[in-house]
Amino acid sequence: VPVTVRINGQPRSANLEPCVTLLDAMRELWDLTGAKRACDRATCGACTVLVDGKREYSCSLLAIDVQDRDITTIESLATTDGPLDPVQQAFIDNDATQCGFCTPGFVMSAKAFLADNPHPTPDEILRGMSGNLCRCGSYIGIVHAVQQAAGAVEGSDPAHRKPAPKQKGRAT
Amino acid sequence: MTAYAWPSADRRRLIGKDAPRVDAPLKVSGQAKYTYDVNLPGMVYARVVRCPYAHAKVTNIDVTAAKSVPGFKAAFVIQGVGAEIFWAGDDIVAVAAEDEHAAEMAMLAVKVDYQPMPHLVHDDASAAPASFKKATDPEVSGDSDAAFSQADAVSEGDYGMPVIVHSCMETHGSVVAWSNDAMTVHISTQSVSGIPGQLAQALQFPQNKIRAITDFVGGGYGSKLAADRWGLAAAQLSKLCGGAPVKLMLERRAEQEVAGSRQSSYAHVKVGARKDGTVTAWQSDSWATGGVSGGSEPPLPYLFNIPNQRRQHTQVVNNIGNARSMRAPHHPQACVLTMCALDDLAAKLGMDPVQLLLKNLNLVTARANVYQEELRVSDGLMQWSERWRPRGMMSTGVIRQGLGVSMHAWPGVAHPFECDLAIHADGTVAIRAATQDIGTGTRTVMAIVAAETLGLPLSAIEIDIGDSTFPTSAASGGSGTVGGSGSAVRRAAVDALAKVFAAAAPALGTTADQLEAVDGVVRVTGGTASLTWKEACAKLGALGVTVRGANPGTDRLADSGACGVQMADVSVDTETGIVRINKIVAVQDCGLVIDPKTAMSQIYGCLIMGIGYALYEEQVTDESLGRMLNPNIEFYRLCGIGDTGELVIHLMTGPGYDERGIIGCGEVAVISPGAAIANAVANALGVRVPHLPLTPDRVLAALGKAGA
Repeated sequence: VPVTVRINGQPRSANLEPCVTLLDAMRELWDLTGAKRACDRATCGACTVLVDGKREYSCSLLAIDVQDRDITTIESLATTDGPLDPVQQAFIDNDATQCGFCTPGFVMSAKAFLADNPHPTPDEILRGMSGNLCRCGSYIGIVHAVQQAAGAVEGSDPAHRKPAPKQKGRAT
Repeated sequence: MTAYAWPSADRRRLIGKDAPRVDAPLKVSGQAKYTYDVNLPGMVYARVVRCPYAHAKVTNIDVTAAKSVPGFKAAFVIQGVGAEIFWAGDDIVAVAAEDEHAAEMAMLAVKVDYQPMPHLVHDDASAAPASFKKATDPEVSGDSDAAFSQADAVSEGDYGMPVIVHSCMETHGSVVAWSNDAMTVHISTQSVSGIPGQLAQALQFPQNKIRAITDFVGGGYGSKLAADRWGLAAAQLSKLCGGAPVKLMLERRAEQEVAGSRQSSYAHVKVGARKDGTVTAWQSDSWATGGVSGGSEPPLPYLFNIPNQRRQHTQVVNNIGNARSMRAPHHPQACVLTMCALDDLAAKLGMDPVQLLLKNLNLVTARANVYQEELRVSDGLMQWSERWRPRGMMSTGVIRQGLGVSMHAWPGVAHPFECDLAIHADGTVAIRAATQDIGTGTRTVMAIVAAETLGLPLSAIEIDIGDSTFPTSAASGGSGTVGGSGSAVRRAAVDALAKVFAAAAPALGTTADQLEAVDGVVRVTGGTASLTWKEACAKLGALGVTVRGANPGTDRLADSGACGVQMADVSVDTETGIVRINKIVAVQDCGLVIDPKTAMSQIYGCLIMGIGYALYEEQVTDESLGRMLNPNIEFYRLCGIGDTGELVIHLMTGPGYDERGIIGCGEVAVISPGAAIANAVANALGVRVPHLPLTPDRVLAALGKAGA
């Protein structure tokens, strides 16, 4: 069936079997390979995209079902050519990536999480980011990255600052 | 004579300082291309028909119906009629079609008949028929019978851990194009240099016409060292499709079931000691499973060369996807079997287990003084001495707290590695090596070493890796890549810099041995005359200079043997059986640390993987089905972001450590978490939970057995 999906503001069209997921359509037809296929059953979050601003596992959405929605992918954020999004920069600064396969999903998840909760407590970060898995175990860097990005999102208004959270991981 | 030795601490600008991972911008923007992301013009998709039986003979294969599936391109029989299949999920027929959906339909249309045969998939030696067991002769040293009879205390217990699976986020697989005169394979591998040889031998095709490419790898942990049967099948399908690229990435189920498992290890252990804690005797009756090759004996007793020993091991040959090396192979198992037994012995003696370890450091085979120092540092970071109480006495109530300790070692020895370092007349620098970055930070380490040596910023070094046509490097295994790459790049950069100095010396009115390269300038040491880096490189002439660097080579730049101590603080809910990590302290030596940031990430990753196998991970099989019941990452539970507790890492660096050179630390810290956490749980509960993972059912069973 003919399908048109709006991704990062651009309409993308293809003739698809109704069973094709948004993830597979993006990866195989539209050269949007930032979202990854890892568990392929809505567990690991490597395929995370935003649908109308909310986090979704694109491996478990059918492309035909999201035709009237706004899809945002990792490709909408800065590329390496320009200045990076504060969340991306925070992931680099805190080495919140190892093999990197899960990283685009974590970055998109962090974007949406911080949009909903710009001033998270450490516990809120652990809960709010628990929909993504990293086999390399980059979680400590990821928690620090979300904390740093939250600071950047908050800007310089001290009224909005919370006390610095206790660091989850630290070197001595 | 050129000296390659690492610069002294006061002269290091980049080594040992936190540098951002050089390829992180590609990873955080989704631009890093993994094998799974490779889409080529004219590419077709492959799927594999897999055996549903744990043990069977193939009696018939019929691909007629598959050929009539719209979009069908080719079928290749991997294991034909008559083949004996030894595990469920093994590859039988590969099919290729125009798109994934068509490949799936064609795969489903292939008809294979089997004659099922007797199988074993569980890991319990006591319940395994004799035909599945291979017992080895006992290994005896000293007189363990006499030592046990003279011991003041003897502790006996059961310990062990089941099969776990690597669970790479990027499944195994490749994209292969094989025409008459060339083969190009994009493959998710830890061994770029090794792949062409494997394909050449298996496919009888000249190795010099095979090129392997791996830009990024989505996790390997020891499971991605071979081209694998499915990689060969992808090549055969490409040939059948007239050279069209064939994409064959494993589905998640196959990844979990056949593409990587760590062998189980169990033992009944008996240890004896004198009243003062001196360990005098060891006896272990161990068994292990790991598929058709049978589980081998881990190095027992771990670290401690106990004087009187009797060890007997039984390999249980079962029908699961064959075991592969996994992060510090055999060491986590040996560590659990030994450190938990020593912990129980300490409890029997009424001793603090840290004191028991200290008392017996004369038995460790190397670096007893380092362990002593690490135990002291760990004690301080965990406040062990102030807080530790005997078993069951740390706290009262429903939630019980406990402390546990363990220690470990891993060689981390530098691998063979070659690279070409080019300095061009315009001053740009490029390094090429076949090696792969499996998430450890190989590109970053190479760039740091080159930039440090040449007196340039990190951004001035271009790193090009992941291509088998570049100078060869060993597989990334054993934590050898950091030492191999760091040493080879150091040698290449020192030699290349000597050529820059030789070319620039006349213009500076001096000789090459009087020059140094600092902050982007080539200057006379202690003088004022200088050239910018670019001006100096222009003196090389239009061709510039390319130098081959290698490891091993002259001057010792890397060493072998990193040891560490870990302490765990846990809380156990005695009503639900749920174990939570409060804190883990990891004190680790790893020689000269090139990049603390990525080194720390490796150790954090080890601790987190360790929490996973200590508390959650296990391959669950069903004996009647003969299959893994949790071949996914939902019911095969990985450690999540909220499960880690507080992780505190202390790297032993500085004088006494740096001089040893580089030692790989990518897997050493994964060894102890299982034992440290299990010992903490025993300390909390007052009873031993014998087998990992410490799931609620196992915890409650142990409490029930103790009558608590």
